[in-house]
Amino acid sequence: MSARPAAGSLLGIEPLEMKDIDRILLSARRMAAKRPRPLLTGKRVALLFYENSTRTRVSFEYAAKTLGATVTVISATTSSAEKGESLIDTGYTIMALGANAIVIRHPSSGAPVLLAQHVNVPVINAGDGMHEHPSQALLDAFTMLQHKKKLKGLRVALIGDIFHSRVARSDVLLLSKAGAKVVLCGPPELVPDVATTLAPNVTITRDLREALEDTDVIIALRIQKERLEGLQLKLDDYIARYQISSARVRWAKKDVIVMHPGPIIRGLELTADVADSERTVILEQVKNGVAIRMAILARAMGVQ
Amino acid sequence: MERSKSLLVHGGRVIDPASGIDEPVDVLLGNGRVVAVNPNRQLAADADETFNAKGLIVAPGLIDIHVHLREPGQAYKETIATGTAAAGAGGFTSVCAMPNTNPVNDSAETTKWMQSPQRGAVVNVFPIAAATIGSKGGELTDYRALRKAGAVAVTDDGKPILEDAIMLQALKSAARAGFPVIQHAENSRVTAGASMNYGPTSFRLGLRGMPTSAESGIVERDIQLAKKTKAHVHVAHLSTAAALDAVRKGRKAGARVTCEVTPHHFTLVDENVGEYDTNYKMNPPLRNAVDRDAMIAGLEDGLIDCIATDHAPHARHEKEVEFDHAAFGIMGLETALALAITVLHVERGMELKRIVQLMTTNPAKVLGLRGRGSLAKGSHADVTIFDPKAKWTYEVKKTKSKSRNTPFDGCKFFGRVVATIVGGKFVYQGE
Repeated sequence: MSARPAAGSLLGIEPLEMKDIDRILLSARRMAAKRPRPLLTGKRVALLFYENSTRTRVSFEYAAKTLGATVTVISATTSSAEKGESLIDTGYTIMALGANAIVIRHPSSGAPVLLAQHVNVPVINAGDGMHEHPSQALLDAFTMLQHKKKLKGLRVALIGDIFHSRVARSDVLLLSKAGAKVVLCGPPELVPDVATTLAPNVTITRDLREALEDTDVIIALRIQKERLEGLQLKLDDYIARYQISSARVRWAKKDVIVMHPGPIIRGLELTADVADSERTVILEQVKNGVAIRMAILARAMGVQ
Repeated sequence: MERSKSLLVHGGRVIDPASGIDEPVDVLLGNGRVVAVNPNRQLAADADETFNAKGLIVAPGLIDIHVHLREPGQAYKETIATGTAAAGAGGFTSVCAMPNTNPVNDSAETTKWMQSPQRGAVVNVFPIAAATIGSKGGELTDYRALRKAGAVAVTDDGKPILEDAIMLQALKSAARAGFPVIQHAENSRVTAGASMNYGPTSFRLGLRGMPTSAESGIVERDIQLAKKTKAHVHVAHLSTAAALDAVRKGRKAGARVTCEVTPHHFTLVDENVGEYDTNYKMNPPLRNAVDRDAMIAGLEDGLIDCIATDHAPHARHEKEVEFDHAAFGIMGLETALALAITVLHVERGMELKRIVQLMTTNPAKVLGLRGRGSLAKGSHADVTIFDPKAKWTYEVKKTKSKSRNTPFDGCKFFGRVVATIVGGKFVYQGE
């Protein structure tokens, strides 16, 4: 075991260099979500989903199909994983069936790393536990670049549940590599002090106004009610201190954009009017997801 | 009964902290006992066999008071025969077997079964029985009966004895039975779902972490209870500076508290988990460098009583899985002495005498193993002969254990076991 991941694998943002990131972003610009680009004709892409997902799964599926690949979705509830097959054995099976790449979503942090050590096709991480969600961070960066000249020097505030969020980890890693200033904001239960050790240029504030002032980009993260209860945080308190409302968005720069990886819960992490405001680019993010994932799949097969 | 052959180990440097010996003398073994240290010429000349230990250290047989031999019930991981063979290869002449077997060793019957000659043990096996029935943390087992059957302590290792009232009862009963309660100090109320130490590495990997306070909190509580009951509590695999501090204060306050540290906790840190390497997953988890250094300091200043391996063999299919699903624990019997010599003696300048004390005299004392951990005349003829200068590479493919789960495969070490003698007989001789 412990072989190196196959070339073209995307296990996280952490192992990438900035030039890899730039290359993916550049490639995505050439990918139009609606225009077929038969770069992957005859290739087989397996989407191995051990966790429910709508946007990521559909996005990868459209991306692969737009590139001309044959796509199979394997969800844990219908596969032999339910019967107790190990991840490694499932990987061997999918490889034996002739998959040319495996896209994996898994509730365990590090599952894509384990899979990549055992199969000799590229493995793409579509979200693992609380670890990373690299395609989301790439599409977030892509979306930011449609509104801002460059990432370097941007001030980006991530608000809410950082601790449980793989999107937050990948976003922070990417933005830090790109030279942006990252501010994390939320209660200590959701934004522990240790979060600043993830990457350089990351700071924490418990004060939303401080986080939003002079900010170019706001990324709101989903709050899961059951997690707040587990941490004995009161929902009302969270909303009072950290909810993104129109009035609070005004604390930020005039040309601020508001992002969210979805699914959003209106009235919790952000108000309905913010969700629908022109400063909010949530649907652009979703749309860009297809182009980014086309670029990721093309890179995986070495045809970008 | 046939008189066993006598054996003269000559030319070596004998280190026996229990008798205050550290000098080049000969040791004569016969009838399963130490006949004499520095025997007269006549006696030495009469020996049936001789072993030339020139340039080597001759020490009391090493004692590991924390191993998982996995029998009964988990022979696919290890058996008493394979586990003790690995012990012999690591220089251990006595091992204390933890009760988290299947079924849990909570009865005199299982305790005796483990000691039966049919198990094929090649070194001495001293069972440590469960402190509560099924190690469920509720009703106590029958300590007197377990003691009579050969158990040397009680513990629910793998799990803590969490309830204050139960721990209090356990300490009282153990004090009456005359042995210690060994505590796996982990406040499992706050470590649920956690698979490594809480810190920058767990945050980076997106893994739930165990805070150091989950260990020290239980140690502090146990010391209070030990003081109250005048019972002996032994802290298994202590791993945090905070818990060590509690032990220091407890001792000053007169509590009867002892503790052990594993080789991996004085060698490795949580960062070594790297990219989810499950050979670095154990419980307690690897901590940060501050805690690791505190373990070394505690071994140096005498606060830590002994080194124990927490040898925890697991099958490949239990380790080659998602990190949060992987079994806790690593093997340790074959690498413990070499790690102690490499990390503590060669790198840190600790005297060999102190290492021998941590691995023989003290563990025997902690668990009251009479006639062990010393080469005094009349002691059991358990002897470990090692070369502290020998350089070697550990290759797990050559292990005597049934399992392979070690982070030390391919590591270069100083200090190699040359021979292991149990009851006057060689059970292991190096290449």
